[in-house]
Amino acid sequence: MNQEPNHPMVQFKGVVKRFDKLVAVEKMDLDIARGSFVTLLGPSGCGKTTLLRMVAGLEQPTEGDIFIKGRRINDVPIHKRNLGMIFQNYALFPHKTIFDNVAFGLKYRKVAKSEVKARVEGALELVRLPGYGNRKPAQLSGGQQQRVALARAIVIQPDVLLMDEPLSALDENLREEMRREIDNLQQMLGVTTLFVTHDQREALSMSDKIVVMKDGRKQQEGSPEEVYNESANHFVADFLGHSNFLNGTVIGAEGDATRVRLENGGELLAASSQQWFPGDKVEAVVRAQKFQILSDLEVPASRDMNSFPGRIIERSYMGGEVSYFVEQRDKTVIHAMSMVRTRPFRRGEDVVLVVAARHCRLLPKT
Amino acid sequence: MQKSSWRPWALLAPSLTAVFLLLLVPLCFIVVYSFWLRAPTGADIAAFQLGNYKKFAADFFYPSILLRTIRVAFETVVLCLLMGYIPAYFFYRSKTRHKSVLLLLIMIPFWISFIIRTLSWINILGDTGLINHVLVRVGIISEPLNMLYNEGAVLMGLIQYLLPFMILNVYVSLEGIDKSLLEAARSLGCTEWQAFREVTLPLSLPGVSAGCLLVFVLTSGTYLPPMILGGPRNEMIANLIFKRVIGTLDWPFGSAISVVLLTLLIIIIYTYNRYLGINQIFKSLQ
Repeated sequence: MNQEPNHPMVQFKGVVKRFDKLVAVEKMDLDIARGSFVTLLGPSGCGKTTLLRMVAGLEQPTEGDIFIKGRRINDVPIHKRNLGMIFQNYALFPHKTIFDNVAFGLKYRKVAKSEVKARVEGALELVRLPGYGNRKPAQLSGGQQQRVALARAIVIQPDVLLMDEPLSALDENLREEMRREIDNLQQMLGVTTLFVTHDQREALSMSDKIVVMKDGRKQQEGSPEEVYNESANHFVADFLGHSNFLNGTVIGAEGDATRVRLENGGELLAASSQQWFPGDKVEAVVRAQKFQILSDLEVPASRDMNSFPGRIIERSYMGGEVSYFVEQRDKTVIHAMSMVRTRPFRRGEDVVLVVAARHCRLLPKT
Repeated sequence: MQKSSWRPWALLAPSLTAVFLLLLVPLCFIVVYSFWLRAPTGADIAAFQLGNYKKFAADFFYPSILLRTIRVAFETVVLCLLMGYIPAYFFYRSKTRHKSVLLLLIMIPFWISFIIRTLSWINILGDTGLINHVLVRVGIISEPLNMLYNEGAVLMGLIQYLLPFMILNVYVSLEGIDKSLLEAARSLGCTEWQAFREVTLPLSLPGVSAGCLLVFVLTSGTYLPPMILGGPRNEMIANLIFKRVIGTLDWPFGSAISVVLLTLLIIIIYTYNRYLGINQIFKSLQ
């Protein structure tokens, strides 16, 4: 495990995957650090699963190289890669007992019988299913089956744990529980994990690093906070959370912020993470949660606060928070979410949305 | 749910009626007939006596044909399995988008009359058939080889008739295997061949057993291949029944042989089901 600790556990160098003419993965460079939890996040068809399957050896890269612990593995067959795989549909062997399922990988690693027993039982205990060894997969619930699959994958002490949408087949409540379980287990074992999902909540809550993908290309790579708060482009900002996009033109710098003239005639002050020049076409990104919703009467007069008057045309109550759609005078609609206050606003009410400059980010308009 | 419990029965009624009228009722006729007496004049006399069964068991002649039938059926099953599993597996692994075409090719023989297909073997294997003709012309042999009218020819006829049943049964069960199971096995350290042994083969057994049973039962009851391609020593039990019923018009004795065959098949299927546990395999797959 600890030879050559300088190498990342998994490394993609210029990896391209084409199916006939369809490009599934385009020029992927990515390092996965030892012991880290990395999530590939994106809509279906973005190439995230293909990338995972190339690490597993289930697909061959068309171009580029994949390294595990610094060793090029393009030509290493699947069964010699020492990886643990978790599938969306659990993929337990239906004709084998739970014990035999978990022991499967050990059998092909020529582990002694007595040790197999101890390790399988240990793994089943780890996933909180001790004593289930004699049952068949069909006798277990979906969540239990996925935990057995987890035991089967970790019992072989894999270099990398590959998970392909492991929670998608579970229902909502179970998913949350299973998510925490995977997270705890990964932290406890310190196993390098590559996790594929289209669910941003899973990605944000579990990952050390998120790689957002679209159309086979990496859109952004960074910690959950980075990709959420400092989305690199329109796609990432749109895919993660609820964002509003306001088009405009830069007027000029104002302290360490930038003033923008919006298309609807209004003005906006935004934090500037880079140098902008007057006349630059930009897109301001504002998260729906960052707005404060006030009635007309209570608007603060402050130059570094942006305010957008409008009328609520739609609202949906979602338990902890309320989602409002506010129509401005020029008919453009802003989506704002706010914690439930003593009195939620009603549809048709005139309100003002207020947001601080530091919560507005500018992206170049392409 | 309670209210509509008659509905399944209403939907099943047409087929149940057909099974009852066309299968069960004639079957009862046969059982009843097997106890009747055949008068020397040729007329059948209603009676209840075991004479027909005694005649069957009187010497070893009839039982030996029954045993031969079972042996040939077993041989056919084994050969069909060996020859059928491989194409079925090929279809399953094939990545072509034209799988339906491949399956259609398997079905094509069914469009040609079974009799014609069986007879065509005479043109291939006969003394003046294709193979002998070519071999004699080329000069490899001077006298035509004797390839017809033996058990090999009968097996050939049976296999070409029954192979599609085996292939389709095995294929359907292979196709039902989740491909991620194979990927899981491979990722856990199996080579392609080990994954086949650990996953594909055991999970395809329901199809294999269904195919075997089907081939066995159909072989036991067929009389065309032995009649057309076999010699006098290759007669099977169905030929015997055919001769008694159509040839000598001895319906009571023909019925008795039929009942013996039927009883034997029921015992075999029952035992098979009991000990090989088809149902168990199916349950474990859910």
